[in-house]
Amino acid sequence: MELLQYILQNLINAAERGSFYAVISIGYSMVYGVLMLFNFAHGDIFMVGAYIGFGIATLFIGIFAGLLPAPLIFLATVVTTMFLVSWVGVFVEVAGYRPLRNAPRASAAITGLMIGIIFETGVLILLGATRLSFPPLMKSVTYHVGGIYITNVKAMIIIISLLLMVALHAFIQKTKWGMAMRAMSYDFLAVPLMGVSINTIAPLTFAMGAGLASVAGILYGQAYPILDPYMGVIIGWKAFVAAILGGRGSIKGAAFAGYLLGFIEIFVATIFPSTLRDLIAYSIILIILSFKPRGFFGMEHSTKLRL
Amino acid sequence: MRKIVLLTIVAVTSAVIFSPLAFSARKTIIKIGINAPLTGDIPKVGECTKYAAMLWLEDIKRAGGLKVGNKNYEVELVIEDNESKAESAVKANTKMITQDDVLAIIGPQASKQAVPAGGVANKYKTVMISPWSTNPDTTLDRPFVFRGCFLDPFQGQVMANFITDEFGFTTAAVLYDVASDYPRGLAQVFKKIWEKKHGPDSIVAYESFTTKDTDFSSQLTKIVRSGAQVLFTPQYYNEVPLIVKQAKELGWKAPIAGSDSWGSPETVKLCGKDCYGLYFSSHYAAAGAKGATKTFIDRYKKAYDYIPDDVAALTWDALHLVQQAIQDTGKITGRIGKDRIAVRDALAQIKNFSGITGKMTFTQEGDPIKCAVIVKIDNKGEYGFYKSICP
Repeated sequence: MELLQYILQNLINAAERGSFYAVISIGYSMVYGVLMLFNFAHGDIFMVGAYIGFGIATLFIGIFAGLLPAPLIFLATVVTTMFLVSWVGVFVEVAGYRPLRNAPRASAAITGLMIGIIFETGVLILLGATRLSFPPLMKSVTYHVGGIYITNVKAMIIIISLLLMVALHAFIQKTKWGMAMRAMSYDFLAVPLMGVSINTIAPLTFAMGAGLASVAGILYGQAYPILDPYMGVIIGWKAFVAAILGGRGSIKGAAFAGYLLGFIEIFVATIFPSTLRDLIAYSIILIILSFKPRGFFGMEHSTKLRL
Repeated sequence: MRKIVLLTIVAVTSAVIFSPLAFSARKTIIKIGINAPLTGDIPKVGECTKYAAMLWLEDIKRAGGLKVGNKNYEVELVIEDNESKAESAVKANTKMITQDDVLAIIGPQASKQAVPAGGVANKYKTVMISPWSTNPDTTLDRPFVFRGCFLDPFQGQVMANFITDEFGFTTAAVLYDVASDYPRGLAQVFKKIWEKKHGPDSIVAYESFTTKDTDFSSQLTKIVRSGAQVLFTPQYYNEVPLIVKQAKELGWKAPIAGSDSWGSPETVKLCGKDCYGLYFSSHYAAAGAKGATKTFIDRYKKAYDYIPDDVAALTWDALHLVQQAIQDTGKITGRIGKDRIAVRDALAQIKNFSGITGKMTFTQEGDPIKCAVIVKIDNKGEYGFYKSICP
């Protein structure tokens, strides 16, 4: 019984951690699907999202606290931040990727890295190195149910992440824009000839990825309320691992692999000494990849793979 | 032809021989290097170091320079950012010693940087005082490296004794960063001493993570399940709030204790009410300070608008130690290599130095013997004096 509680508690921990990996890794996959490139600035877009979210949240709490119910302030913060950070995504595409679209792959691949470093140092210069504390957007309440501890914040993180992914899936499957994106990832040479402009679809994809990352940033600020300019680096790498593990370009795969990564990390630390966590966790992933080199949902063969 | 060659040789040789004299005839500026983490993981530590040094320089300037023997020398600070990275700290020390010709170096603060940087200072025979590094390796077998604080073995013992005496606990859990010298060293010391006191299985959970981790849920779930009576976590201010918050959310209700790395004003600022009532060992307690310590705190607060932490106080003391050592040499020759050795010898001789963080006399290793303070974070979020524990 006690063991069961222990496992359940860790399942909740893993679902929370995995939610972040999943939502962020989707951004990598979406861009890959359309441009055949990984946007290595994505981890830093997540960081910028968290900082902008911090600014908006502080502003809204300052103005509306007491006037509006907390969930409404939360919603307003999320929507405003998503909108603003989407433009950051568009900026990355237009300033970084578009000029290099026909450049050698290696050059285009490193633009993201450079933009990421520019974001990190930009935030560092603009706001200084002092850590910022993300204000809580809702009062954290801890529930003790059947020997398991869960807070309302944790539950919210898991639920919002799932909702976002379902909404994204619906957008891509059901709308015309989604269809254009899917078509583009199917063949980026023929589709523009059909009147779908890559100059529309690419920024849209970046904007959506950035929007998702910004929500992840706000949720991250609720779970781990300390912001620093380099917070996106490690989580960006790990989400990138999830994107590859899920299968390049597969959104479903990225989400699945994001959760899997969370579960592996948490349970490895639970079973083995925590010192060995990353060593064992990423060895497991290496083994999975050597058996499934294309990831879980990667296309079996693709003639247009250029990277 | 032969004469011309001879003449040239004589001219060049004499220029080489006499040039040091020519240099020393020029105005000698005493340069003190500051190696601080102005950016990176613990920027507040860097800021406090810099501010304390600037206050010190202000005093020197007001006095018209530093008086050595019967001559006044102008003093300059060379402040280098080590980005809280070991390799950058080594680079900063090398640059300050070989290019800037500093007479002595203050810093780095964290052991992660102080241990490797101390090697450089010792190699180039330049005095380095790390005000805040508590890891024994910093000064071990390095005659030119000193520190301004007590050591981890002492600090570990202080906390183990304090928790035992104060609460009567017999089981403890430890959570630490395995990739950083200071927490890892202190965690090991604490474990050793605690197990000596309470038996081999009294550390019921010994969990770790790596630098930049923000999620400690699996480690903390293990710790909660282990039934430990207290959690000891010798982490920095950027991790403590996350650890405390997550522990509470996972049902941890017992006390959490820490070490001098908690002492930054940022800990409470980032942690808020979650951290009230917790204990940590430190070098001084700002609330309720008296005498010279209070004067320093008031001055610092007036200049920079917040209460200085232990880093600032220790840096202040380290600078005064260097100042006294330079004055004790009696004379600056202008030959940097010779002066550095003279400063080192003078520093090692200092007895019963009365600093704002306590009295100090260096041991053979360059470590001061001084008391530790147990700080309790009170319900206004201030660092109050709770108890003093001396060796």
